[in-house]
Amino acid sequence: MTENTKTAVKGNSARPPSFWRRFGMQFGIWSVGILIWLVFVFTAAETFTSKDIYLAFASTTPMFAIMAIPLTLIVITGEIDLSFPSISALATGGFAKIYAGTGNVLLGIGVALIIGVICGYLNGWLTTRFAIPSLVITIGTGFLFRGIELAWMNGSGTALTDPELDGIKSILVGRTFFGIANQFWWTILITGILWYVLNRTRFGAHIFLTGDNKTSAQLMGVNVSKVKRRTFAIMGFFAAFAGLVSSFDISYFWPTMGEGQLMNSIAAVFLGGTSVFGGIGTLTGTFVGSFIIGAINAGIVASGLTAFYTQVFFGLVIIASVILQAIISKRVKR
Amino acid sequence: MQVNTAIPVIELKNVSKTFGEVRSLSEVSLAIYPGEIVGLLGDNGAGKSTLVKTIMGFHQPDDGGEIWFKGEKISDWNVAKARELGIETIYQERALCELQPIWRNMFMGREIVNRFGKLDVKRMKEEASRLMSEHMGFTSTAVHPDNAVLTMSGGEKQGVAITRALHFEAELVILDEPTVGLSLSETKKTLEFVQGIKKSGRSAIFIDHNIFHIYPAVDRMIVLDRGKVAGNYLKSEITMDELIESMYRVARTGSLKEH
Repeated sequence: MTENTKTAVKGNSARPPSFWRRFGMQFGIWSVGILIWLVFVFTAAETFTSKDIYLAFASTTPMFAIMAIPLTLIVITGEIDLSFPSISALATGGFAKIYAGTGNVLLGIGVALIIGVICGYLNGWLTTRFAIPSLVITIGTGFLFRGIELAWMNGSGTALTDPELDGIKSILVGRTFFGIANQFWWTILITGILWYVLNRTRFGAHIFLTGDNKTSAQLMGVNVSKVKRRTFAIMGFFAAFAGLVSSFDISYFWPTMGEGQLMNSIAAVFLGGTSVFGGIGTLTGTFVGSFIIGAINAGIVASGLTAFYTQVFFGLVIIASVILQAIISKRVKR
Repeated sequence: MQVNTAIPVIELKNVSKTFGEVRSLSEVSLAIYPGEIVGLLGDNGAGKSTLVKTIMGFHQPDDGGEIWFKGEKISDWNVAKARELGIETIYQERALCELQPIWRNMFMGREIVNRFGKLDVKRMKEEASRLMSEHMGFTSTAVHPDNAVLTMSGGEKQGVAITRALHFEAELVILDEPTVGLSLSETKKTLEFVQGIKKSGRSAIFIDHNIFHIYPAVDRMIVLDRGKVAGNYLKSEITMDELIESMYRVARTGSLKEH
């Protein structure tokens, strides 16, 4: 319709993108969040008007939100990581071993984070070097990292109750402001840092370009393999961090840790409006998506339904949100 | 000829490129001099696009091939380096990221950062808006830098690709079939752009299927056939009719020799 005449072209595009076009997707996810919150406020008023439930969200949601945030970067480049729960476990296991061997907390933390980065980088390297879809390769490395960890730990957990660990615990999972768990503030901090990286650095700009059109990005001099390897390494780093946070929170390292967080994290990313095809996504969306998922988990039980319904509700919300996003993005493209 | 005594902007020596069993370029040697517009002609599959992508560092030449930039042999040639030294290409496939806003496309791969490495988003948007209105004749509000490229028409998209090449004031601009899919007025604008490059004393390689677009715009023509340089003519040496005649001969026999 715009091809015919010059004036039509100009007349048609003479405006900046509409509010709807710019923020439609954001608007969608926030509406879903608010709607679900309202449903819970009406069905379980007692629970949802007291602050305890919100303190509980703030303490449990970060366990997967800390991984969902960096995962968003990977999904924007058009890739996926399914191995991060195993990276979490292997890195935290590394901490447990180093700490047991040396008694040095900082060394243990350093080793855990380095293990995370190495595992993540390996995922990125395998994906880009051999041009294997990351969906496939990270299933493989997921088993590999978990297997190494189980063999190394001999399948048994470690108590993290040593008084020497109190300092690091209070930093990672203590209560500093308003009685809110520190992991919540960590999540905000990580979201802020990665928001800056994504939106205000050249590397972040290249993340969008890589996922949007890999060939175009390469033709214009973007090293897409390097961009992908870096996003995977960042994922590994924060998977390790999340592993430490969730283990310190319960003062115990479970060798099977993280297995339940895979779907929560992935759902949070897609619920947040990040496109599975790459090139589009926001970290604030993932942040809200994470808390929607956290709220559903708690809200169902508080509403008096049995926990068996959690997954039904979960499924319905995710399907409905993704359909909503598909409709919004179709509108936006016109 | 006075231009030939100058140092070429870019020179290829014995550049070959093989993909598996297929040899797309075979010992190509050519030089582009400052202020020169060179037309690159050849049928489909002659290796034009491969040649462009090799010059840009997107493909690495096979061993033995050399690329010289302004009299210096270049090793580890890659796209980022080529653009940094001042070679910009307007690709046939336009090389845009269509989900992204115009300003991101305009500064793709060469984003403006401040001295702390922070993207200067405000400046990039202002520049994008200014460039679009000044060079492409879109009125100042016509194309908003925040608009996603996929909302634009074919000509407007091409406008983004051309403006991008122009912005960086490249020493050498390569245009790979820039008029494909454009309207008459958009084509005219593109051809004017090529003349603008010459006027400002810079060089260009102009690739097009249409000899009627190429011939009036260029100083020299290189004919490529099956990966080899089959002919090299100054415009003063050949008329358009002779050129068309020899192009047909190349297509039929694979050789210009009888000419």
